[in-house]
Amino acid sequence: MARYGLPPDRPAIPLGHPQADSILGGGLRPGALHEVFAGGWSASGFAALLAIRAAGAKPLFWVRPDFEGQEYGAVSPSGLLELGGDPRQLILVRTRKCDDALAAANDILACGHVGALLLEIRGQPRSLDLVASRRLSLAAGESGASAILLRQSAAAQPSTALTRWQVTSAPSRDDDEDWGNPRFDARLVRHRTGGLGHFLMQWDSEHAVFQQAHPGAVAAAPLHRPADPQIAHAV
Amino acid sequence: MGSALVVHALDGRGARLGLYVGQPLANARAMVQPLTVIASDEKADGALLENITDWCDRFTPLVSLDPPYGLYLDITGAAHLFGGEAAMLREVTQKMTAQGFTVRAAIAGTSLCARALARFAHGTIVPPGKEASAVAPLPLAALDCDDKNLRALRHAGLKTIGAVADRLHSELSERLGAGFVTRLKIILGAEEKPLTPRRALPDLMAERRFPEPVVTQDAITATLQALAESLSEILERQGRGARLLEAVFFRADGKVDRIAVKTGEGLRDAAVMLRLLRQRLDALADPLDAGFGFDLIRLEAVLAEDINPATISFDANENARQQIGFLIDRLSVRFGDHRVQRFVAQDTHIPEAAGVAVPAQDDFGPQNWALKRLPGDPPRRPLRLLERPEPISVLASIPHGPPKRFRWRQCVQNVVHIEGPERIALEWWKEISWNRLVPTLGETEKQKKERAEKPRPVRNYFRAETESGMRFWLFRDEHQTGWYMHGLFA
Repeated sequence: MARYGLPPDRPAIPLGHPQADSILGGGLRPGALHEVFAGGWSASGFAALLAIRAAGAKPLFWVRPDFEGQEYGAVSPSGLLELGGDPRQLILVRTRKCDDALAAANDILACGHVGALLLEIRGQPRSLDLVASRRLSLAAGESGASAILLRQSAAAQPSTALTRWQVTSAPSRDDDEDWGNPRFDARLVRHRTGGLGHFLMQWDSEHAVFQQAHPGAVAAAPLHRPADPQIAHAV
Repeated sequence: MGSALVVHALDGRGARLGLYVGQPLANARAMVQPLTVIASDEKADGALLENITDWCDRFTPLVSLDPPYGLYLDITGAAHLFGGEAAMLREVTQKMTAQGFTVRAAIAGTSLCARALARFAHGTIVPPGKEASAVAPLPLAALDCDDKNLRALRHAGLKTIGAVADRLHSELSERLGAGFVTRLKIILGAEEKPLTPRRALPDLMAERRFPEPVVTQDAITATLQALAESLSEILERQGRGARLLEAVFFRADGKVDRIAVKTGEGLRDAAVMLRLLRQRLDALADPLDAGFGFDLIRLEAVLAEDINPATISFDANENARQQIGFLIDRLSVRFGDHRVQRFVAQDTHIPEAAGVAVPAQDDFGPQNWALKRLPGDPPRRPLRLLERPEPISVLASIPHGPPKRFRWRQCVQNVVHIEGPERIALEWWKEISWNRLVPTLGETEKQKKERAEKPRPVRNYFRAETESGMRFWLFRDEHQTGWYMHGLFA
C-alpha cells in the first residue's frame, strides 16, 4: 500500500551530507514533491538551497503569492548568487492568490525542461489540500522536475509528498571564524521510501552542496523520538 | 475674450438661425430665445472621436485622428474589399448615420484634399490626378488657414481655391509663409504628408468578415483558428515569427475589443497561437462580451520578426530553451507579463537596485553578476530583502556601537556574532531619491527639509547572527542614526 503513487525511479541528486544521502537512498529524488516546514525566517532558506541543488543547470522557478513578499521579503538575486546559485536560472512568478500559485506550479511542473520548482505558501490555505498535493506529485513524476513546497507558519496536513523536512536554523559554532554560513537543524520527519533522520547540515556556497556540520556547542535533539509529533504523524 | 462663454458647437437648426461657432453666448442668447445650452466637454468629445476611430478600424487599419471632429481613413488597397470606392463611401456614411452621427465624407488622393471636399462637397470621389480641378470651385474657407492669411487672400480679391492656386507659389510663399504653400499643395494633390495612424500598423494580419454577426463561442474559436492558420502560413512564407499578437473583435454595435498576447520569441505555430489566445480570453477579468455579435474578427501580428533558420535546430539545448520560452509565454499570458520575471544585473552598490526584475519574456544580453563574498567566505548578501527596511529598536554595549540585542516584529533577538560595518553610500551621480530607500514615515516638513540639506546618507550594514541561529542583515543610517532590518540570510 505504501508503494502506491510513488514517483518513477530517476537517479537521485546527492545533497552532499553523507548520512542524509544514505537514508534518502542516494539523495533527493527528482520528479517528486518534497515539503519543507520552516521554523523561523532563516530556515526557509533551506528550501531555496534544496531547489538550487535539484535544479542543477536547468531553470529554477520560484512561485509565490504576493503577500509572501511583504511578509518574508523579496527574493534577492544577489543573495542567490552568494549561495552558489545562478540568478540567470531564476524565474520568479508572483501570483495574486494561492490558487493561482498552485495553477502556475502545475503548469511549470508539466514542462520536462524545468529543473526545480520552489512553491512558497504561507499558512494553511484551503486550496492546498490532498488533491492539490497529489496533482503536484503527479505532474512532477511525469516530467521529472523537482517540486519543493515551502510551508511557513503552517502545520502539516495530509499530503502525497515523498519527503517532509522540518527545519530550523542552527547557530554557527562559537569558535567559528567563518561564522554565518547557512546551517540547519533539519529533521526528515516523513519519507515514503525509507527511514527518517535528524541532521545538522551546513551549506557550502562554493560548491553548492550540503556538508556535515560539526556540532560544536549545539545540543542535539533526541534522535529516538520525533521532535514534533504532530508533523511526523500526519499522513 | 477672457472668461466669456462662447458657442463651441451647434446643431443644424442653430446654424440656420444664423448662430456661428465662436460667437459669444450672450450674443447668441440675444438672437434666439429660448436657446438650449449644453456645457461643452472636450474630453468626452475627444474620447468619442477615439471610439469612432477604433470602430473605423474595420475598414482599414490605417485610421488617423483629425481633432476636434475629423478622421482620415487611408483606404489604399482596401476599397475593393467593399465593392469599390463609391460603395465603400456609401457603407461608411450609412453605418455612421445609423449610429446617429451627421457625417460628411469624401475620397481623394491626398488627406487635406479629402478633408476640404468632405467639408464643402460631401460625397465627392475624386479620380486620381483630378484633385486640383475638384477643389478649384471651393471657397477660401475650405483652405482652413488662419484668419490673417484668410483676410490677406480676401483683400487680394481671391474668392476660390482655384483662384489662389493660379497665383505663383513663390508669391504666395512670400506673403503668406511657406507653411501655407505646402498646405495648398497637399490640397491640390501635388504633395502628400503621411498620416499618423492612431495605432501602430500591424506587420501582418488576417481577418474575416461576417454578413451575419457571430455570437457563439464555437464560431469565435473556429474563426480564431482559421485566422491563426492563415497568419501562420503568411509568417511561414516570409520566414518571420510574431512577437506580439493581437486579436481584434469588432462588435456589431461599434464596440472594439483587443486581446494582446506577447511572446518571448518569434511564433508561427497556429496551435500555439490559438492556445495562448484562448488562455488570455479565459483569464480576462471581464469576459469578452459578444453582445449582438461580432461582424469582424481580425488577428494581427503587430510585431513580426525574422526567424533566423540557423536558430531552428535539433540541438537538445535549443529545444529546452524553446520549451522554457513557451512555458514563460503561457505563464505570462495567464498571469500578466509583469508577474513572470527574471532578474537583470545592475551596476550599482545599492542592494535593492542590484537586480532589477523584468518581464521574463523580454530579451536581454549576457548577464554579469558580481560575487560580493570572497571565495570560501559566508554569504555577504541576504537571500531575502525586505521590501522596505523596517526600523528596529536596539540595545548596544557602547553608544552607536553594534547591537547586543534588538527587537524586530515584536521579537527580541540576542546577537551572538556580528560583523560590520560595510558602508554603502548613495551613488552621487544618480538622481534616485534616498527617501525612497529609507522609510520616512511620520516625518514633518521641517525634518524633511533639514534632511534634504544634509549630505547624502550612508548606510552602515552589519551581518548578525542570533542565539537561535537566525542570520540578519541590519543597517544603521548615519544621519538618521536609526537602525533598520533589511534582509534575511539563509
